[in-house]
Amino acid sequence: MPKLITQVGCPYCGSSCDDLEVLVSDDNKTVLEVRNACIIGNNIFLHANDPTRPKLPRMRQPDGSMKEISYKEAIDWTAKTLIAAKKPLIYGFGSTNCEGMSAVGRVAEKAGAVLDNCASICHGPSFLAIFDNGYPSCTLGEAKNRADCVVFWGCNPMHAHPRHTSRYSLFPRGFFTQKGQMQRKVICVDPRETDTAKLADVHFMLDQGHDYDLFDAFRTVLRGHDIPDIVAGIKREKIVEAIEIMKKSRFVMIFFGMGCTHTDGRNHNVDIAISLTRDLNTHTKASIMAMRGHYNIAGPGQVWSWQFGFPYCIDLSKGTHAHMNPGETSSIDLAMRDEIDCFVNVGTDAGAHFPIEAVKHLKKHPFITIDPNFCMASEISDLHIPVRIAGVDEPGVVYRMDNVPIQFKAVIDGLPGVPSDEELFDMVYERMCELTQTEPVWLAAKAHRKYPSSAVN
Amino acid sequence: MAKVILTPKKVPELMLEAPCITTDAFAKKTPAQIADLEVREGKIPFKLGEYFEIVGNPGESAAETEIEIAGDCSRVKYIGTKMTAGLITVKGNADMYTGGWMKGGKIHIVGDVHSFCGIAMEGGDILVDGNAQNHVGCAYRGDWRGMRGGTIRIRGSAGNDIGTFMLGGTIIIEKEVFIHVSTHAEGGTVIIKGNVTGRVGGQMVKGDIYVLGKIQHILPGFTKVDQVRKEVDGQTFTLDHYIGDLGERHPKSKGKEIFANLYVRAAA
Amino acid sequence: MTEILITHGFVIDPTQNINGDVADVAIRDGKIVDTVGSGAKVIDAKGKVVMAGGVDVHSHVAGPKVNVGRLMRPEDKLFKSPMAQEKFRMESGFSVPSVFKTGYDYARMGYGFVMEAAMPPIHSPHVHEEIHDTPIIDEAALPVFGNNWFVMEYLRNKEVENTAAYIAWLIRVTKGFGVKVVNPGGTAAWAWGLNCLKLDDKVPYFEITPSEIITGLLQANEYLGLPHSVHLHQNDLGNPGNFLTTIDSLKLAEGIKTKNKFGRTQVMHSTHIQFHAYGGENWGNFESKAKDVMDYVNKAKNITVDLGCVTLDETTTMTADGPFEHHLHSLNHIKWANTDVELETAAGVVPYVYDKDIRVCATQWAIGLELGLYAKDPERVFITTDHPNAGPFTRYPRVISWLMCRKARDATLNTFRHKDKVIEATTLDSIDRELTLYEIAQMTRSGPARCLGLSKMYGGLAPGMNADVAVFDLNYKSMPTDPVAIEKALQRAALFVKSGEIVVRDGTVLSHGHKKTVWVNVKMPENPQVVRDITQCFTRDYTVGINNYPVRDYLAPHPYVIDVDVEA
Repeated sequence: MPKLITQVGCPYCGSSCDDLEVLVSDDNKTVLEVRNACIIGNNIFLHANDPTRPKLPRMRQPDGSMKEISYKEAIDWTAKTLIAAKKPLIYGFGSTNCEGMSAVGRVAEKAGAVLDNCASICHGPSFLAIFDNGYPSCTLGEAKNRADCVVFWGCNPMHAHPRHTSRYSLFPRGFFTQKGQMQRKVICVDPRETDTAKLADVHFMLDQGHDYDLFDAFRTVLRGHDIPDIVAGIKREKIVEAIEIMKKSRFVMIFFGMGCTHTDGRNHNVDIAISLTRDLNTHTKASIMAMRGHYNIAGPGQVWSWQFGFPYCIDLSKGTHAHMNPGETSSIDLAMRDEIDCFVNVGTDAGAHFPIEAVKHLKKHPFITIDPNFCMASEISDLHIPVRIAGVDEPGVVYRMDNVPIQFKAVIDGLPGVPSDEELFDMVYERMCELTQTEPVWLAAKAHRKYPSSAVN
Repeated sequence: MAKVILTPKKVPELMLEAPCITTDAFAKKTPAQIADLEVREGKIPFKLGEYFEIVGNPGESAAETEIEIAGDCSRVKYIGTKMTAGLITVKGNADMYTGGWMKGGKIHIVGDVHSFCGIAMEGGDILVDGNAQNHVGCAYRGDWRGMRGGTIRIRGSAGNDIGTFMLGGTIIIEKEVFIHVSTHAEGGTVIIKGNVTGRVGGQMVKGDIYVLGKIQHILPGFTKVDQVRKEVDGQTFTLDHYIGDLGERHPKSKGKEIFANLYVRAAA
Repeated sequence: MTEILITHGFVIDPTQNINGDVADVAIRDGKIVDTVGSGAKVIDAKGKVVMAGGVDVHSHVAGPKVNVGRLMRPEDKLFKSPMAQEKFRMESGFSVPSVFKTGYDYARMGYGFVMEAAMPPIHSPHVHEEIHDTPIIDEAALPVFGNNWFVMEYLRNKEVENTAAYIAWLIRVTKGFGVKVVNPGGTAAWAWGLNCLKLDDKVPYFEITPSEIITGLLQANEYLGLPHSVHLHQNDLGNPGNFLTTIDSLKLAEGIKTKNKFGRTQVMHSTHIQFHAYGGENWGNFESKAKDVMDYVNKAKNITVDLGCVTLDETTTMTADGPFEHHLHSLNHIKWANTDVELETAAGVVPYVYDKDIRVCATQWAIGLELGLYAKDPERVFITTDHPNAGPFTRYPRVISWLMCRKARDATLNTFRHKDKVIEATTLDSIDRELTLYEIAQMTRSGPARCLGLSKMYGGLAPGMNADVAVFDLNYKSMPTDPVAIEKALQRAALFVKSGEIVVRDGTVLSHGHKKTVWVNVKMPENPQVVRDITQCFTRDYTVGINNYPVRDYLAPHPYVIDVDVEA
């Protein structure tokens, strides 16, 4: 009898929906059907059925081909490579669970590595803005239950976060927003007429790259000062009107995305958005939230903050203390400046996401990919180690875009012999300790860990 | 001043972290002791002497010590950080954090510097004959207390984020700047002699900015109040005087709000 | 079988009325015992003080707002934490330390148990993830209830039993410990940008007042008979003139009787009372009302308090009192983080510099110490800094040295720019009292342990109790006259045995110990209405599924579960 598993978390976007229903085969090996998910989430589950999924590590051979090797060999090679490198970079973690992120902290400390996550090329500027200006935010339920003015600034959830608008931000009938969308004024700021913009009451089609100027105009108007007739291609009257809408609302919710973080000024666009949110709080209630990309990309920011005090770009090579300064310790800068001599890509695809110049620099040194699937990074790697898929065949804690932890389930059994990220990193760590003849440092939590997993031995 | 000359003898494979290249660390040491100072490439500690030929004896104190690096330091970070007195000359380029957290003395870079030059500087002088990258005289991430004193002069151009969270001191950029000048600043003076693309004085509370070239986009939070004649870096100009950032909070003095000042050279 | 014998120390143990007698402390298998065999490891504590492990009743060490404090303050690490003991994890941060530094530094000071003071229920998996990554110290966490929709609904309808049933459910699913109340009603009002500063201000929509919430929760807590009492962060925190509201709130405990099997005597614990003992109408005429507040506390036997002493450091304030943090930000204009949590609570974080040369900060410092010095019953007044709000917990030794030595207080006072104004606005300068180490042990060991209902495990050295034993390099018969020496001795324990294992020696961490997560499992007959309400609410109002809400067992890998049976 197939089994229906309910309240399943979705390992796709930062919405981290946990209302999926997944029908699995009686033997717990195959996903038969996925309900409630968007099309991408759906595919992530069904993809786990793919019989061609890698089950063993593959090592690049002198002739350029890839050859399957045992996990033991792969772990040994990874451990030796990390020890030998002067400054390895361990990057990724867009798509894995917090248990893996916690385990890698130990490996990175031992390796004197730089630990970075996908925020580095995504919402990293938002972190910089939070460092400088704070973060007046809320959980998504607050948006659902209270927000009667929703601003989408430089983001397009209709495509990037397909169920965001229906679960949290726009359509749902919340406790104080019983009329759903009818009760919400929607403002969209985007140079393109996106599908999200089409839903908006007001669409600011601003000049590309002038978000900061427009935010500054909003703030200036809010403080009762005059502004020029046109700012960033937008007429003064329209700006004044939007500010009036916000001031009259009971709860203003600003969602921002890559349009802010990846145009000129980057962190400053987010920074001034935070200032605007703060200013609005003297008139009404206002909150702001980053539209984080992956289902657990908020995770490394949390886990590494409690372990090292920094969310990303953490340089552990100094031995005595962690150092962080994006612009110096950020992945792309490190790669472009030839500042690292080993690259480990975990649960993401640096091959596809990094500028080609950066990848060329990285390819001068050992290049390891740890990922359940084949991807561009795995295909240019010296070593590809497959792991289980968090949220599909491996459970764990993930952090939604609003930093709410959600305990994801596994819906099917993992592939025999394939470890989770956590197990793999723990084995790499143990091997590093063996090779350096040091005692491993486990915390109390470790005594209960599943490893050594029967799957691996 | 007693002079120590460092001649680079090998290019580091990765970046070399050498916060020990300061007059404070060198003072009173013998060349052998200086050669023994620790530098790092990633997690591996090395000796300064492995990278530089060291000749000459330093003085009894930082103030009496001069360091000359007779060559390129494009891959050497942290030159002159936290230095309190004396002189460092680099006859080439320097990498990141040159003169960071500096308290006194003088650093002269004959070539270019990379980012974070003069970060959170408190005093002293930095002179760069070439160009600077980003974050000249800025604050460390998250700190609301940026550059407090001293002078940074870049004879070439600079990138973005000049004097972020600046509280005092002077930054002079003699050529172009891209964007973000004195963002969040609460004091200090920035002089830009070339053109700026935009975002000058965003979220600025107090302080002065002078732009002798053109600003492509003046922020809407700045409004023109009058025209003045003022001396800027030794020359007198007619300047349009703007105040701002009107979108930001401003402290009051005797019931009147104090704004930041932006002076832009008036059209001829 | 591990046996340890700590010999010839000056033992200070208020639970057994031992005040500096030279005696031996025997340990077997993680417990204090009467005697051990001849094979026991002997540690000579001659000329040193031996006390139970410290118990921190209120500290923000794990969870979402603590982590926001870490995340948003890279400058709190810069040049401030070059700390890595070989073979141990890297340590980071000053005012908001990383989990590793938190565990290590508490252990170095001889603390064995720490209560995380505010857990937003929806974030409880996060809190437990941090707790299990924190080495050595035993920890528990208090879920917040004072602005919870269920609580406000039930109490508006005077349904104490339903409130109790909901509390029981929530404490169980979050693996929590007790009932924390933060700015009751005010934080709920903050969701609309408002606040409740007075006890009879109505919460928008819920039409209930802070005093009704506090009273109802006091009743529900005693209905359940939980180990700990209601743990109250009062309304109107940090504002001049708030002492009247403070005393009125304390009075709500009058007539409420304790009911529990854990030896707890209070029905209300009022936390960081320093922030609530302010007179004056504005910051210009701001003054201390420590004496008024403590006069009431000294009389009211069913109340305990902790101090929340200001340590004059640059620190990070963080609290579920969302509107207060917004207000604080408007005073100091440094970065402000806020998180409103659906249906449950909110939190704010703002860095703060307690500058000794600013009159208000210096006065706050004096008020914290006055409160401690006015305590008539040290078993009911505990030393905290509301870490990290009034200062980091690593300053406890300094706070203790101020409380123990007038000389230390004077030395600090003499460095203030506004010394005279501080003397005028407070009574500190007129107090000669110097607390004894015995009283300090009451305020940091036996008192907080009893307040938490944990006096059978922590806070003393009687046989059968947890073997958390701290040895400090202080000669009790000839205490150092230099307060700095006292601070130094308490900062780095000569020896700390945690759960029967030596974890610190000469201030150096030796082991990650056997940390435990302590939580309370309230068992009571199912209440169909509450079950229905919870189910409905998750379907309608929450954005997470009810199945994914309870903290899974593996996140609290070493639980110590306290069962509470509630009869219908």
